[in-house]
This record gives sequence, structure tokens and C-alpha cells, in this order.
Amino acid sequence: MIRETPEINAGSMADIAFLLLIFFLVTTTMDVDSGIVRKLPPPLPANAPEPPKVNKRNIFTVLINSHDQLLVNGKIGNLDYLRKDVKNFLTPHVPNNPKFPETKQIDIDYIGKYDQSKGIVSMQNDRGTSYKTYIAVQNELAAAVRELRDELSRQYFGMDFKELLKTDKDKAKAIQKAIPMSISEAEPANFGGNK
Amino acid sequence: MAKFRKDGNKKLPAISTASLPDIIFMLLFFFMVTTVMREVTLVVVVHAPEASEVQKLEDKSLVSFIYIGKPTPQLAAKWGEADRIQLNDAFAEVNQIRDFINIKLTKIPEYKRKKHIVSMKVDKDSKMGIVTDVKQELRKANALKINYSTRKVADTK
Repeated sequence: MIRETPEINAGSMADIAFLLLIFFLVTTTMDVDSGIVRKLPPPLPANAPEPPKVNKRNIFTVLINSHDQLLVNGKIGNLDYLRKDVKNFLTPHVPNNPKFPETKQIDIDYIGKYDQSKGIVSMQNDRGTSYKTYIAVQNELAAAVRELRDELSRQYFGMDFKELLKTDKDKAKAIQKAIPMSISEAEPANFGGNK
Repeated sequence: MAKFRKDGNKKLPAISTASLPDIIFMLLFFFMVTTVMREVTLVVVVHAPEASEVQKLEDKSLVSFIYIGKPTPQLAAKWGEADRIQLNDAFAEVNQIRDFINIKLTKIPEYKRKKHIVSMKVDKDSKMGIVTDVKQELRKANALKINYSTRKVADTK
């Protein structure tokens, strides 16, 4: 004879689940880590050849001193105008204009012949520069490149670069090739003394 | 004629709570899946700066975190007020970074190692001196992809 087993009372199941729920509610952190992505230059070999000389008109220098002041191309700069200046500098100027960097015509898939700017933004900071200012400048430089890419992307493919990255990686690569992220960081100096 | 009965002992039927555990379980599973346990206890204070041009860190298992900031108030008496580096759970010196990166790399399967990325969580009031030292060390360790951790704010310009 099979004895009927008494049914287990499931009334407290909700309480147990609640307990677990509250535990996970408390321990959960919803923040997504995000930040500015940069690539460091590879370490120089000991017998590295001299880096090639770059024409002066192709360089846009941004210096930050230990008091978080900016020197942009030899003049006192301001974070508010930096993006516009960098954008202006990196926009390819054809025909040849000696006030702006040289251009080089290259062939890019999907775009065709394109005059790529040879401009390089060179940034250098002091050891006493605050991280906040450094990030603010990096952000402006990144924003300038992003805006240029957006403009080109809208012109050729009718959408923002961010959208393009999601929909068509090859076309996004073409845009990246046309407008490279040409930001170089010099080794920090000690201008303005220690603070 | 219609008859309106008004006897007091007619109660509302009780709402069945039998499906309550199921609802709670659903919520529970949601939080279980989305939860990320805090892996390290911070010994430095990090208030990230703000930026608008940010990218998300996709796969946490490929990321090494380096924290830089002032020691927490409890530890300040012993460790001083200067900016310090934290690796894993403890204070570290610049020369320990290379080992830290190499240990992390051994935990990543080989075909994914190229995607390894270092997230620098630096306090906004830190000085660039220490950050630069860390960056130079990362170059030597061949960990070239870095991410400056920032809080995302809307672009105001």
C-alpha cells in the first residue's frame, strides 16, 4: 500500500525568496564602467632610430602646466575654445594652405579619393597637472575628432559615426581611416616647478 | 420585483497569494543575474572626473583595475595624505604593476589576451606625476590599451 505523503506547506517560500531578493538588492551595483579609451605607444627599443622630423605646420601643441593653465600653439589657451581650434586644425584644407597642415590624397574603400590631413595634436603635461584638467583636455580632443567623424559620416553615409559603428563596421573603418585619432602625448616635463 | 438582499455575512473572496513566490522569484533571478559583487575593498578614495566622450567597458573579465587616489580617512594616519596606487586589495608601488599585469594576463585565455585593457580609476584631484609613472610602467609591461575611468555627462558644448 502506498501511503500518501502529506503536502509540504509552501507558504514560507515567498519569505525565503524575499530574503534572497533583499540580499541581492543590497549587494547589486548597477554602475557600468565607462571611460575615455586611449592607446599608449609601445615601449621604445634601446637602439631606436631618431623619430622623423615633422613639419612644424603639421603640429598643434597643447601644453598644460602645474597650475592647470593651457598653452595652445604658443598662446594662452582656454578649454572653451580648444575643441573648435582642434577641429579647425584637423579639418583637411584643400588647396594647400600654409596656415594649416599638409594633406595627402589617399584611396579609401566606400569613400574614394580623400584628402587626409597630416596634422598631429601633440599634448604635453606637467607632473603637477591635476588629473581633472588632463581628462578635460583629453575629452575636448576626443570630442573634436568625434565631431569631425560625425560630419564626414553624415556626409557619406547619412548617419552619425556612433550609429555607423553599430550598423556597418567596414564603413566605420573607412571613416576612421579618413580621420585618424592623431593625438600624441609627449613625455611629461617639469615646467612651472613643483607644486 | 427585484429584491435587494443586504445580509452582512457576505465577504470578499480572498485574493490568492499562490503566485506571489513566483513573482518574487522572478525579481530574485533578475537581480542575481545583473549583480556584480564588489571584488576589491577600496583603500584609496576615488572620485572620477567627468567626461562626455566615453566608451563602455564590455567584458569585465578582460579588465585590470588600477586605483589611484588619497588613502581613505581611516588609513590616512598611517599612510599619509599623498596619492597612492592600489592594486587588488592593498597599496602598491609603481614597480609592482608589471607583476600585477602579468598575473592578470595568465588568467585570460590566450586568444583573448589582445583584448586585455587596463582601467585607470584615478581621483580627479590627483596629480599627473603618479599617473604618468603608472603609464610608463604599463608601457614597459606592454599593456597598451587603457581606459581612463570617468563619469559620463552630457556634452554641453
